[in-house]
Amino acid sequence: MSKFEYAPAPESASVVDIDSSYGLFIDGEFVEGSGAAMKTVNPATEEVLADVAVADEADVDRAVAAARRAQEQVWGPMPGAERAKYLFRIARLLAERSREFAVLETLDNGKPIRESRDVDVPTAAAHFFYYAGWADKLSYAGYGSEPRPHGVAGQVIPWNFPLLMLAWKIAPALATGNTVVLKPAETTPLTALLFADLLRQAELPPGVVNIITGAGPTGSALVRHAGVDKVAFTGSTAVGKQIAKQIAGTRKHATLELGGKAANIVFDDAPVDQAIEGIVNGIYFNQGQVCCAGSRLLVQESIAEEVTERLKGRLSTLRVGDPMDKNTDVGAINSAAQLERITTLTQAGQAEGATRWTSDCPLPETGYWFAPTVFTDVSSAHRIAREEIFGPVLSVLTFRTPAEAIAKANTIPYGLSAGIWTEKGSRILAMADAMRAGVVWANTFNRFDPTSPFGGYKESGYGREGGRHGLAPYLVEGTVR
Amino acid sequence: MATTTTAPAPSSTGGTHPATRSAQQVSADASGVVGSDQLSNAALRTFLHGLPGVDAVGLAGRAAQLGSRSIKTTAKAWGLDTVISMIDLTTLEGADTPGKVRSLVAKALTPQPGDASCPRPAAVCVYGDRVQIAKEALGGAPIAVAAVATGFPAGRAGTAARLADTQDAVDAGADEIDMVIDRGAFLAGDYRKVYDDIVAVREVCQSRAEPAHLKVILETGELATNDNVRRASWLAMLAGADFIKTSTGKVSPAATLPVTVLMLEAVRDFLAATGVQVGVKPAGGIRSAKDALKYLVAVNEVAGEAWLDPEFFRFGASSLLNDVLLQRLKLTSGVYSGTDYVTID
Repeated sequence: MSKFEYAPAPESASVVDIDSSYGLFIDGEFVEGSGAAMKTVNPATEEVLADVAVADEADVDRAVAAARRAQEQVWGPMPGAERAKYLFRIARLLAERSREFAVLETLDNGKPIRESRDVDVPTAAAHFFYYAGWADKLSYAGYGSEPRPHGVAGQVIPWNFPLLMLAWKIAPALATGNTVVLKPAETTPLTALLFADLLRQAELPPGVVNIITGAGPTGSALVRHAGVDKVAFTGSTAVGKQIAKQIAGTRKHATLELGGKAANIVFDDAPVDQAIEGIVNGIYFNQGQVCCAGSRLLVQESIAEEVTERLKGRLSTLRVGDPMDKNTDVGAINSAAQLERITTLTQAGQAEGATRWTSDCPLPETGYWFAPTVFTDVSSAHRIAREEIFGPVLSVLTFRTPAEAIAKANTIPYGLSAGIWTEKGSRILAMADAMRAGVVWANTFNRFDPTSPFGGYKESGYGREGGRHGLAPYLVEGTVR
Repeated sequence: MATTTTAPAPSSTGGTHPATRSAQQVSADASGVVGSDQLSNAALRTFLHGLPGVDAVGLAGRAAQLGSRSIKTTAKAWGLDTVISMIDLTTLEGADTPGKVRSLVAKALTPQPGDASCPRPAAVCVYGDRVQIAKEALGGAPIAVAAVATGFPAGRAGTAARLADTQDAVDAGADEIDMVIDRGAFLAGDYRKVYDDIVAVREVCQSRAEPAHLKVILETGELATNDNVRRASWLAMLAGADFIKTSTGKVSPAATLPVTVLMLEAVRDFLAATGVQVGVKPAGGIRSAKDALKYLVAVNEVAGEAWLDPEFFRFGASSLLNDVLLQRLKLTSGVYSGTDYVTID
């Protein structure tokens, strides 16, 4: 019993109404799905939250047809300034209903309410605000005088940031005059369905955004559908490669935002206390279920021991448990399948000879949990240094010189993000130039801003989301007419 | 970086009280940490400038995150009482009359009339020439009298005058001395001067049979950069401070949560390096119970629960007490009462 026990500070689940079952959102209406319904559970309690419809090929066909009709008749011809009004309205409604969305996200995903409240929902609203501003300025974005939309965008998003990834996909698509058929992840469909309700509140014309739920086969049917002009996918590299094969030889354009195994590089002249916070935020944020997570810590050998010891001291203060408690730092793993994957890879790490340290925090008995874990004595050849674990597991490697840090950071098939910690400005610039990673953070980590482009090198995918760059995948360059 | 004997981590066990060390022990500890017997300006500079830098954005982010903890019900009740027990109830005005000081002491003795369960503040904090009045008014009650000294608040006086000011307060019976460092010397890089100054004031504090505890005010608002705050914190601890204190309250900005987090990191690291546990006192600008609870969270999670004790953490404040009392009333009665229900000191 410590002196200062934080009493439970639970957020109220009653701020959001969850229906017992949900249909598909097609052409502005909720309709029945043709497939056998699936269940979505709260990963912190393993309780079923709702039955959710599953879209089959016929449902996908209806959704794409609705999107096509809306694109050709309403959304495409609409002046950009008018589209912007809808986007601003969506952004404002998201901000107004932020508590509802945050609670639902935490219930369905397992992430701490502190994160859904302070990061996911406000950043999602910011994304809509940002792209609303572009809608009437596309001729000045650098893509020709009259850039045009592709038409219908088929979008498939992951379960780690369900609402935020929805915003990253839908906001630029709508700003540029495309219409959307979006499939949320099978384990986290609820905030997308609540978003559909918000779209009706915003009086977005029917068919502009269609949300279909289901698992892999539904996503595959959407990607393969002949009526889809542009595919946008965020998820695993394995599925990304399948999608690239499926659409090869078709007219479809694609952006793929895939896995990562980011190097977080700490030099001996780093601001150590802030670097510790950056390491924590890099790999324990969202239980490490982040594609750009700083899962490989590269620390200069001269301070390696000090940094790992300080890190362990800090990790022992992390509060793991009920995601709805406002004081929880690390919540539940999203699914039993993901927990299984994390467990398998950490066992491989031990078997290959790395030294495991796990926080001795108490874990709840029901639900899917994994305590913050650090591996030291990791070599670049170990699986835990090469494969994406997607969990609260950090692999610590050391380096002696900047050249060695660069080599170790880049010697991996992924290239999504990297972090650099040093008080020396010139070193930051030189290192950033040498990183083969789409996002490089200096003296910070896992910061997301709608004005900044995000995307990968190598097998972390192609295309950029966010910023002016995020418009490009949704536009066909125009010429003066 | 300092040679650390153990990993710096939030501590529940704490360490040696700095006031129990002899002058020789303080000097030996300093030499050990700095790695030089001379403690010359060059040696001090090499050590202090070798401490890790501070990233201001990251520090502010950490403080904001600590500030977002939700302290409710039983935790809030414990926190409010703990805050009261850590307050140095302060009046530092040129207009401080004997009557004003007696009134302050009366408030400290009975913070909440009619509620005996309400804890008392740790100390009353006054100018040196008001110490005797405060001592008399306390009449032996277990509340310390802290005196500001050394030419407070600017400290721009000769060494002899600064020491005489301290001696006066010690002779008058002050239990604690709140000194100011020579910010001019610090900013000019004359670290040895600052060190010698603190050592000399400590000697005066220790000259009495029952030594006065020494709080060293860094005046972080004038040091301006976080790197300077970290260096000044270490310099004061090396010279034998019992407490490092943010501000006089006469300069803006006074205490902030980020600067307090930074100083809590310094005492945590100093404990790991030397086994000596130095206290922290944010002062000035903390007016609401809500803010004070954020500081308690920072103490708990950055330095560790060993610091959750009036012996090692204080709030320098005048109006904070009444807001904490109002929040305390709200917890017991369930309704908010107005300022008419707390007394003006």
